[in-house]
Amino acid sequence: MDGFFYDYVVPAIIFVAQSLLLIVVLLIFVAYLLYADRKIWAAVQMRRGPNVVGPWGLLQSFADLIKFVLKEPVVPSGSNKGVFLLAPLVTTTLALSAWAVVPVAAGWVIADINVGVLYIFAISSLGVYGIIMAGWSSNSKYPFLSALRSAAQMVSYEVSIGFVIVTVLLCVGSLNLTDIVVAQSEGLGTKIGLPNSFLDWHWLVLLPMFVIFFVSALAETNRPPFDLVEAESELVAGFMVEYSSTPYMLFMLGEYVAIVLMCSLTTILFLGGWLPPVAVPPFTWIPGVIWFVLKVTLVFFMFAMVKAFVPRYRFDQLMRLGWKVFLPISLFMVVAVAFVLQLTGWGA
Amino acid sequence: MVLSAIFFYLFSAVVIASGVMVIGARNPVHSVLFLILAFVNAAGLFVLLGAEFLAMILIVVYVGAVAVLFLFVVMMLDVDFVELRQGFLNYLPVGGLIGIVLLAELLLVVAGWTFAGDTMPTSPAPAGMSNTAALGEILYTKYIYFFQAAGMVLLVAMVGAIVLTLRHRESVKRQSIADQVARTPATAIEVRKVESGKGI
Repeated sequence: MDGFFYDYVVPAIIFVAQSLLLIVVLLIFVAYLLYADRKIWAAVQMRRGPNVVGPWGLLQSFADLIKFVLKEPVVPSGSNKGVFLLAPLVTTTLALSAWAVVPVAAGWVIADINVGVLYIFAISSLGVYGIIMAGWSSNSKYPFLSALRSAAQMVSYEVSIGFVIVTVLLCVGSLNLTDIVVAQSEGLGTKIGLPNSFLDWHWLVLLPMFVIFFVSALAETNRPPFDLVEAESELVAGFMVEYSSTPYMLFMLGEYVAIVLMCSLTTILFLGGWLPPVAVPPFTWIPGVIWFVLKVTLVFFMFAMVKAFVPRYRFDQLMRLGWKVFLPISLFMVVAVAFVLQLTGWGA
Repeated sequence: MVLSAIFFYLFSAVVIASGVMVIGARNPVHSVLFLILAFVNAAGLFVLLGAEFLAMILIVVYVGAVAVLFLFVVMMLDVDFVELRQGFLNYLPVGGLIGIVLLAELLLVVAGWTFAGDTMPTSPAPAGMSNTAALGEILYTKYIYFFQAAGMVLLVAMVGAIVLTLRHRESVKRQSIADQVARTPATAIEVRKVESGKGI
């Protein structure tokens, strides 16, 4: 009985506690990123943004949460009820479950699995199901059109994201996310004799792939300028038209958690994860998790700025960009990077 | 051990149950969703076996790409359930007969199944090497020609599908990005001096 307790019960409690801590911190972070998103957007358009609830509107997201939860959920009578209510749950659960493998600092990861990158890639490729299920089960025109668009869009951009990840993996020689970050502590900068710094990270050596990954991440998470799935000027609100109250909130939550996930994946793959920008004393004293959060916030700031000043793409332009521009470039880069690594022997 | 046994039975039970629901569900879209559930749980079984790479690839390829397109085809079909049910009794004898024959064959095969002694213990993954690296090692060294041949077959199938479906219609206006980018003010606009009240 004692063995059972220490073998199963204690690890289970630790696991649940870690997961709960991560989820709570993540949700509060997401609440403030939502606020930041609206504030940045407002600042670019010379508006004030949310400024009523709490000092400087800081509690706006929580007020929105309470508002969503207290309203009545309306389920359309013509909808397919089971699938209709399952869709937002699928979106949120998938977005949150991907966080199990994200290392926020050295050793700070719930599940340090060997195929971490593939796991995140697999989970994010499942994200399309929430949208398709919502679009179909609503039994309405706009949601269905939106579901059609989302399938084409997300499947297309996954291809180029996959190739970008492959080039990074070629440089690192491991699918483990912690290994990917550690591999970036030495690189281009140390090769020319500089101390460990931000020049070692992958963004510089793989600059084209960094740009492709960033744009594809925008498309994968349905952020403007690629938000054709919920383009309000064409589809009202796309797959979310028929949703109200808590199910709608779950969609928004899932979407933003997925955005933060893509930001942190960009950080891990290209911006050195929790590594300090220059590995000299004042910077190395700051714990890794703070660097990680700062970098994620920086990437999210770029996401928000893109939303504010890039007009929405037309659907055929979106497809052209994905298949005729990004796919050939990333495919060529996979071959080129493999070639260089083989010739120079820099690969692992 | 107990934990993995529990998860094994959980995943297997869900795979079997959702497999039954794939053929049992009245709505074809529900069938596809159950099929996806079966895929995901099969991936869970792979993880229990220690084949994490295969599990992830199963989800990325089958669930993330193939099943999405499959779901779409099914959603677009205009299925009339009443019409589907009408011919049911007519086809029941033939269908039932085929089913019974298949079941009998399967039972005979499974009953007479013997494992060759030396193939059964699967070669364990080399120590100090991740599952993915071991798979890559064997695919890209020992079976490189078969692997390339499989890739070639897929490429030919893809080119074939494109050739069969690609049509160029003359009446459609196409956007040429290169032409648009190459335009200069000199070719795009014409500046004219217009007297007031006259027009062009």
